[in-house]
Amino acid sequence: MEGITKRFGPVTALSNVTFSVRRGTVCALCGENGAGKSTLMKVLAGVHRPDSGRILLDGKEMVFAGPKDALAAGISMLYQEVELAGHLTVYENLFLGREILRGGLFKCIDSDAEIRQVQELIAKNHFQLDPLATVAELSPGQCQLVELLKAMLSGARLIVMDEPTSSLSEGEAATLFQIIHQLKAQGITIIYISHRLEEVLALADDICVLRDGAVVFGAPASELTVDTLVRQMVGRELSQYYPPRSSKPGEVLFEARNLTTARIYDVSFQVRAGEIVGMAGLVGAGRSETAQAIFGIDPLISGECLLDGKKVTVRRPTEAIAAGIGFLTEDRKRTGLCTELPCSWNITLPNYERLGMGHILSLPREREECLALGEKMHLKWRQPEDPASSLSGGNQQKLLVSRWLQADSKFLIVDEPTRGIDVGAKAEIYALLNDLAAAGKAILLISSELPEILGMCDRVLVMREGRLTADLKASETTAEEIMHKAAV
Amino acid sequence: MNKLAKQLLPFSSLLFIISLWTFLEPDTFLTFQNFKNVLSSTAANGIIAAGMTFVIITAGIDLSVGSMLAMCGILGSIVMLVLSGAGWTQISGGAAVQMGGFAMLVGTLAGMAVGALCGFLNGALVTRLKLAPFIVTLGSMSIFRGVSHIINSSRPISVSAYSWLDTGSILGIPASVVIFALVLVAMGYVLKYTPFGRYTYAIGSNPQTAYHAGVDVDKTLVWIYTILGALVGLAAMIMTSRASSAQPSAGLSLELDVIAAVIIGGCSPSGGKGTMLGTLIGCLLISFLRNGLTLLGVVAQIQLVAVGLIIIIAVTSDRLAAKKN
Repeated sequence: MEGITKRFGPVTALSNVTFSVRRGTVCALCGENGAGKSTLMKVLAGVHRPDSGRILLDGKEMVFAGPKDALAAGISMLYQEVELAGHLTVYENLFLGREILRGGLFKCIDSDAEIRQVQELIAKNHFQLDPLATVAELSPGQCQLVELLKAMLSGARLIVMDEPTSSLSEGEAATLFQIIHQLKAQGITIIYISHRLEEVLALADDICVLRDGAVVFGAPASELTVDTLVRQMVGRELSQYYPPRSSKPGEVLFEARNLTTARIYDVSFQVRAGEIVGMAGLVGAGRSETAQAIFGIDPLISGECLLDGKKVTVRRPTEAIAAGIGFLTEDRKRTGLCTELPCSWNITLPNYERLGMGHILSLPREREECLALGEKMHLKWRQPEDPASSLSGGNQQKLLVSRWLQADSKFLIVDEPTRGIDVGAKAEIYALLNDLAAAGKAILLISSELPEILGMCDRVLVMREGRLTADLKASETTAEEIMHKAAV
Repeated sequence: MNKLAKQLLPFSSLLFIISLWTFLEPDTFLTFQNFKNVLSSTAANGIIAAGMTFVIITAGIDLSVGSMLAMCGILGSIVMLVLSGAGWTQISGGAAVQMGGFAMLVGTLAGMAVGALCGFLNGALVTRLKLAPFIVTLGSMSIFRGVSHIINSSRPISVSAYSWLDTGSILGIPASVVIFALVLVAMGYVLKYTPFGRYTYAIGSNPQTAYHAGVDVDKTLVWIYTILGALVGLAAMIMTSRASSAQPSAGLSLELDVIAAVIIGGCSPSGGKGTMLGTLIGCLLISFLRNGLTLLGVVAQIQLVAVGLIIIIAVTSDRLAAKKN
């Protein structure tokens, strides 16, 4: 891609971007949210037309009128969210819109031929996938495989992956990396977008960093470290990626005793005031499920929770919030935000009682409260009345943090608080969690990123298959020990 | 900006229609009497539309309001007549019965209570059994209609003395119009200025999120359907008063008119969007459109086509505006 410029109204999203990938290599595209990665890739995939600049594929200039042209030229895009028809089977999805037909006058779909072709492709790539399975029954990782197969079936030579691992477990991610290596070996070129820098460094041959719509840096991955990469992305020294912790844990503020639900067994732990306790484990180990049990979403079969030494009965989130428990969920879109409603409404939704407007709202006061929070959180919004969907991912996350900040919960559970957001917003959320702990709140930090757990927490709880397997001091443990407890 | 434009479209269409009719039929259209007629004929549908606005903002729908209206009218009238000392033979035979104010008041409240109960049942089925509101109310629509016919073997219940809601007036404004205005203001206030209203939007936008943010989704939904039911009961009594009798076939396909008004007013059937002002404009738009066409001598069948077109245009322009955004 040469000299690509793209404007949306007065906003210049990409300015004179030149970006190239060598055949059969993996090139990672890094940058903060809003740096222009997605726009650049949409230009490549024919979704946007550039205002100026050229796209060259194998040295030939290409003009794409739409995504179809790009697809025909061998460029496939795997979006963050999987786009498959859930009720159909794997092979039906793969051949959707280009079914193999047989027969004369009245053509019908040749399912056998389709299945055969998919099976061959699966066998060739050593995938673990049943072509007859219904897509809705597949795990996120398997769905990703289906998307990949779709790209391969369409004869893709260049595959763009946008945050492919954000919904995958560690095991599934490892499988995906293997597959990427196989694709490389077959001469397929891959552009890889991810916020997980360790992953990027391990996987990519070359790395290109975008900042504010321009290419600021490009180098072979082997010459880079996480620190240099972060510096290039942010454009400033992130001296304290994880803020220094000076924790003085106080009394036990929250205690879980023998919590058992349909998905977790006999989970007991304590969190002290002023303490950040991490919870590590593989996806499906029961971490989010523990949070859901505490917050009244999953019914308890047995066990109890104590706040300030007193037993609290929580059967619904309403009761949890009233008792002083906050829960920042891991899935912003599904359980966090009402995306088409105003930002301010999203913040105050659980907090009317606390704001003294349990019966009648005061709109001016609501606005004031939200503006103050927005300033504190460095929220980038034009105005609190804009829909939450108008914010970038990082700012949406800050919106949710604002909600629980306003709720002033004594005990706050944060589930993957930095998933899919850029380093700048990450650092701010870390600083904020730190401030909350310093103010005497108790925090349970659920995270799949071990550096985050080790960098932020005083203690680390490890879960495996619904049970708590370790309670470690963060200063005395290592990522290896945690992984060991989580996996073995 | 966008918010304004969304209100502006139905509003300017309303102004357009009013000025068009003023131009075409200045003598008959632009009279106090005609406006009074249009408003009082809008009242019953408008009161139901106010409740329906909440239901549609939660991404729900209530198809049963038309037949619920018939049932509320009949049961409310029977209560009135019984309290006035009429026996079943008199009631079912349609004899003229003298009624006191107390009996009429209690009968009116009884009609609303029947509606509230019907709405509660709809809401309970939707939340407890986790059924789609479309299905639940499709079923109850049929049940309520059937019961309305069974009660007095498809004959109307005559309440000739029950006239205040129709002919009475407050400060020169017809009573039904005053009630309509009060209901709209009250419901608009609840929607905009109370947590209950916010919960309504949140449920429509994303029920999972609402639940995680401490909204008692089921309770809120049951209340919303119950309130709609009570308003249907109120509208039923206004209709009964107009006709001097409760008809088992009253409110046939009324649900479609009400839903159309709410949708034209900018509510999205997929939830999370809508205002009471929009609903008012939607109701008036349909009423004035019909009124003008009637004055011009256009037959009712063509009016149906016109209303249908308006619905499709309104929804299309809404979609286009959203896309542009």
